[in-house]
Amino acid sequence: MCATCGCDSGSKTTFHLIDKNEDHSHPHTHDHSHDHEHPHGHEHPHDHSHAAVHNHNHAPKKTIIDVEQDVLSQNNLLAQRNRGYFDAKNILALNLVSSPGSGKTSLLERTLTDLKGDLEFAVIEGDQQTNNDADRIHATGTKVTQINTGKGCHLDAHMILHALQGMKPVENSVLFIENVGNLVCPAMFDLGERERVVIISVTEGDDKPLKYPDMFHSSTLCIINKIDLLPYVPFDIEKVKANAKKVNHHLEIIELSCTSGEGLPLWYNWLKTKVLQPVTI
Amino acid sequence: MHELSIVMGIIGIAEKQAVIAHASVVEEIELDIGTLAGIDMDSLDFAWTQAVKNTVLHGAEKKINMITARAQCLNCDTEFEIQNYYDACPLCNSHLLNIKQGKELRVKSLLVS
Repeated sequence: MCATCGCDSGSKTTFHLIDKNEDHSHPHTHDHSHDHEHPHGHEHPHDHSHAAVHNHNHAPKKTIIDVEQDVLSQNNLLAQRNRGYFDAKNILALNLVSSPGSGKTSLLERTLTDLKGDLEFAVIEGDQQTNNDADRIHATGTKVTQINTGKGCHLDAHMILHALQGMKPVENSVLFIENVGNLVCPAMFDLGERERVVIISVTEGDDKPLKYPDMFHSSTLCIINKIDLLPYVPFDIEKVKANAKKVNHHLEIIELSCTSGEGLPLWYNWLKTKVLQPVTI
Repeated sequence: MHELSIVMGIIGIAEKQAVIAHASVVEEIELDIGTLAGIDMDSLDFAWTQAVKNTVLHGAEKKINMITARAQCLNCDTEFEIQNYYDACPLCNSHLLNIKQGKELRVKSLLVS
């Protein structure tokens, strides 16, 4: 069973680097299962050198170990390795999170097309199954790796590390990591990103930030997508913004529609500013 | 259902520590879990029963210290207990809060033999 993405016994995470020059991709699998060491060796340190005629019945010695270790420490360590790699190469890594269907992939397609020539991009796609999203990204001419988590409900730092080994994003670029569509589990797993971008669309409920506060609390930018549909849906945009701010008062908010193009310049400016911004630790 | 990943992380930590201590049995494991750590306790218990089989934590007693989340209001400095990130300051109704505790998720100690 996988220790970091362990949603299923024996499940395997697969990585597909979609190759620009060839029609087929090269899937490779990393078995994330970790062997558990079982300390079955009973050491009996009580050697009696004296000729004992009486029987000692030593109960096993009990010891308290002060561990004080974060349960996610292994993931967080790997995330910091990824972060160091990104910082050294001045790669702006963004972790895009949302529920399924909010328009993450559409926003990426539009962004990659509109900013082609302005910025360098690479994309990591996370889904349980299929290369569909990676194929859509590949069609824009962008370097992309698809991670299939199998039954896994989130990406973790370990998977990103492996995906990076295959794709080698260039310096001074933007790396979009599109997480598995899920507003719960990905909130807990740092991938090493510089910014976490939560996307919500106006066809969802305006109380979503209150229903899934962990995700909105851990994000730095909130994109409200599909605003071209506002006249047709009972979605109170001021209310969703107020709710998001209640959960996280640091959260920046950008409203846009990747269909009509409204608001996209704000998002593009945000990206360009962040790429130029020196990393501060 | 990220709780299974969390339990696997706990098992990993316990097994490493048991090897270091040359222990064969973990009798008790003490966990600190904050109320804002994002852990559903029922899911954790469910995942636990399944995941600890054939590991060093099989049969170990699980002791959980729930840490109640507390926040400080950035507006009026009042410190108070919170249930949710979106709670308001009871005194001035502000949502500008600094979370002081409640996001803990750690293995505190092991009793081994």
